[in-house]
Amino acid sequence: MMSHLTNNLPPDAGGGSVLQEQAHTLLACPDCDLVFPLPCLSPGEKARCVRCGAVLMEHQAHGIDYSIALALTSLVLFVLSNTFPLLKLQIAGREQIGAFTTGVHALYDQGFWEIAWLVLLVTIIAPLFRIISVLYVLLPLWFGRRLLGAARIFRWMEILRPWAMSEVFMLGILVAMVKLGDLASIQPGVALYSFGGLILFMAATDASLDEHAIWMRLEDGA
Amino acid sequence: MSGTPSTATALGLILCHDCKRLNDARNLKAHGLCCRCGSRLHARKPESLARTWALTLTACLLYVPANVLPVMTVLMTGRSEADTILSGVKALLIGGMWPLALLVFFASITVPVLKLLVLIFLLLSVQMKSHWRPRERTALYRLTETIGRWSMIDIFVIAILVALVQVGALASITAGPGAVAFGGVVVSTMLAAISFDPRLIWDAMETPHEVD
Repeated sequence: MMSHLTNNLPPDAGGGSVLQEQAHTLLACPDCDLVFPLPCLSPGEKARCVRCGAVLMEHQAHGIDYSIALALTSLVLFVLSNTFPLLKLQIAGREQIGAFTTGVHALYDQGFWEIAWLVLLVTIIAPLFRIISVLYVLLPLWFGRRLLGAARIFRWMEILRPWAMSEVFMLGILVAMVKLGDLASIQPGVALYSFGGLILFMAATDASLDEHAIWMRLEDGA
Repeated sequence: MSGTPSTATALGLILCHDCKRLNDARNLKAHGLCCRCGSRLHARKPESLARTWALTLTACLLYVPANVLPVMTVLMTGRSEADTILSGVKALLIGGMWPLALLVFFASITVPVLKLLVLIFLLLSVQMKSHWRPRERTALYRLTETIGRWSMIDIFVIAILVALVQVGALASITAGPGAVAFGGVVVSTMLAAISFDPRLIWDAMETPHEVD
């Protein structure tokens, strides 16, 4: 379901007397700056900008308890993915075990610290920060509370969004497995399966977050 | 609606880039910070054009070593072979894995080039105050912002190969300087897309039509 908003503001809105209180009931398109009155959406509905087509708001069908459950599952899968071997490789009569961070170590040891840090940031730090942030912000909200710095953490979660690249990493693992196929025999480890699940649960957590509603609750002091 | 559209700027409002709260520009709290999340407010992303140009040109420069220098060296039974991004794709193709070759070609070669071309096109169109298809240009920007991350595939493939293939003189893989440059291309194009402000496309629509 999709509702296309119209930009019909009250005539006095353009007169230059928009106060902070009124600003609270308005919405601006982040991509083209057009202002709209806050739409009233039913669960599952999405509001798009009439002028440029950007998604302005999405009323999620499920509450924050749903996001919390998904984030908790993600956290468990994240721990599993980082504990168990990712791939086992039989090469020249020897067995090599690759864990989640073996690549980072190997790159660092070879002197490629720039890529080592980049890979660490986009496969471990950013995804883990995002999972923990969801729990840090939403769990207290669920109990009607707000922890110190919740707004700042929720803000950083948004900033780090493009840098969490777990699904790209998964594709990289698959490409590497195929490339090694004729060189050695490869067996997937436990972590590969849990990592597959992690990607699905992280995407579901992301999709379930109702940013607008969460920000409103953070602003109202829970 | 009369001639000028009600943009946040026209109404004296500033949209917080992080939490999307509208703030009254004339009644800002301490030091121009957002009243809800405390991030610094800007009507438009600061120095958007200059920053995006700088990062785009950086990526263009890094693109050369990223494709010329080896991204990894494969040492197999005494024979050492240097792989560039393109030769990696070629190896997949020769091995008969053309769907994978297509995927890597798309992620490592098509996406970065397309992204650089789109960014340069958007920057030029904004600077020439173009009125041409603003809606499509905005959609193009959103697309660029979304697909950029997929170029990291090659870096991840290198990280995994380097981790697994370490059997001394029999077979070992080491990363190459091309990988650093390629990582630089991905990071700087992502930062360039983040620093570009699509609202500049729409600001130009409000200036009188020039020859374009």
